[in-house]
Amino acid sequence: MAAITAGASKTMRREYKLALLFVAPAMIIMLAVVLYPFLYNIYLSLTNMGLYTFRNPAIQDPIWKNYQDVLGQREMYSVLLKTVVWTGVNVFFHVAIGLFLAVLLNQPIKGRTLFRVLLILPWAMPQYISALTWRGMFNYEWGAVNHLLGFIGIEAIPWSTQPFWAFVAPLITNIWLGFPFMMIIALGGLQSIPKAVYESASVDGAGPIKSFFSITLPMLKPVLAPAIMLGTVWTFNNLNVIWLVSHGGEPSDKTHILVSYVYKAAFQYYRYGYAAAFSMVLFLILFGLVWMQSRAGKATEANW
Amino acid sequence: MTNKKGRIVRLGLTYLILIVASVIAIFPILQVFNISLRPADQFASTSLGLIPEGASFKAYYTILFEKDFLRWLINSLIVSLTTTLIGVTLASTAGYAFSRFRFPGRKAGMQMFLVSQMFPATMLLLPMFIMMRKLGLIDSFIGVIIAYVVTALPFCVWTMKGYYDTIPPDLEEAARIDGCGDIGVFTKVTLPLASPALAITGLFSFMTGWSEFMVARVIISSKDLFTLPLGLENLTGTFSTEWANYAAGSFLVCVPVVVLFVVLSKFLVGGLTLGGVKG
Repeated sequence: MAAITAGASKTMRREYKLALLFVAPAMIIMLAVVLYPFLYNIYLSLTNMGLYTFRNPAIQDPIWKNYQDVLGQREMYSVLLKTVVWTGVNVFFHVAIGLFLAVLLNQPIKGRTLFRVLLILPWAMPQYISALTWRGMFNYEWGAVNHLLGFIGIEAIPWSTQPFWAFVAPLITNIWLGFPFMMIIALGGLQSIPKAVYESASVDGAGPIKSFFSITLPMLKPVLAPAIMLGTVWTFNNLNVIWLVSHGGEPSDKTHILVSYVYKAAFQYYRYGYAAAFSMVLFLILFGLVWMQSRAGKATEANW
Repeated sequence: MTNKKGRIVRLGLTYLILIVASVIAIFPILQVFNISLRPADQFASTSLGLIPEGASFKAYYTILFEKDFLRWLINSLIVSLTTTLIGVTLASTAGYAFSRFRFPGRKAGMQMFLVSQMFPATMLLLPMFIMMRKLGLIDSFIGVIIAYVVTALPFCVWTMKGYYDTIPPDLEEAARIDGCGDIGVFTKVTLPLASPALAITGLFSFMTGWSEFMVARVIISSKDLFTLPLGLENLTGTFSTEWANYAAGSFLVCVPVVVLFVVLSKFLVGGLTLGGVKG
């Protein structure tokens, strides 16, 4: 009996060693380049570091002053609301469009490979190039979007001067950018659903819409759930698109989401300590959001 | 009869939607191509045709032979390929450990990868800049490569782990019985089977290096070390933005990644199994 346990613990120790060997290189670099900045950021968030105090930052008095400043300003809450809308609308359309196109592409039709390749292009294009291109396309006078709207008799939209439309422009851009990822994920999931499941459902008299909601969606859930979680995180923190399409928050800083707001505070106003505290708040909000999302996932699916 | 008619209508509708969606998907890249062919006086044209009036390839000539484009290209290739090599190596090994072994800290490690994705760019940029400066890695390729590897790694580890999960361990057992060592099992059996996931991981790492802008801007300042995004940005920043040159450069930057995507797109479907949170 003792010999068996000794043997078992020996193989276990060997397994730990092997696991450590495999996982250590990635872990070390992550800890060094992510954990250190994280801790340093916490320290920064308690100091008054700025352009003039770059070399000799002092701890704030009271120590949580930066956090007080961040949470005490009203603008922060309107930007937070915008960020939640930005994330929600984006992820909703990414999943809806991606899933819809995936279902269409999953049929045995001619040219599906070609369509799949074409529909992937928004993902393939470097983000800063597509963002700047869309910015040009949203130009009031000579941009392609207003031009095309003119064709169908819609008046030119002031994409860059009116706060509402100036926010919709990056939103459209980012929806365009993000649907191919969800489409590919969904397509992979759809191909793993056995055809027989649908056949037996149609024998039972289920139409295409009913079988989509009662078979396809539930079976895609394990594939889609992590993708949605990642999508939420990426969208929430997407600095590139909002920054480049709205040209740094124009008009008059009305189009910011939290991350671009902080970026401006840090790299244009040089309020490093304040920006560090804001970044922490931002991280905690996102962390809470994802935690709630994964809890909701757990509640509805036992084997998650 | 009505059934057949219904099917034709549905097929027609499917094609219509796919065609419209594809046009929207490729429109911006056509737009870039269009601008790159425009002569200087036609920049503010509203023409929507693929080929503008007075089209010329002059911008391509300018960018290739009169600007530092080739220098940026070589720099970007060095950075992206090194990032890919390191990223794939680290992700394929770490993903293997997370998928095959149960060890203390496994769950925490996997969660750390997820949580690291939640850090806003602003939280890492400044500390990273200060850290790199202390280590003397400012204005060097090593600095950006490290930053890119870390950016790409979490997604890559997840992808690899998810894919390994779908490979039955029986095959590895069989090889072990045949006298294969642990490392041999990994390199000779598991790794070849995971090639679709390796392709995706490689593609993703490469793209991170090829397209990244914000970090490069913070770390690199000498013109000799500019990567493509920095170089292109530099073109828009000059006294009068050279839009045609900028567009020509952008188009040339897009071509390699688009080709890579097209070649690897069959791996993307099915190879992208984000099984990270499960089990």
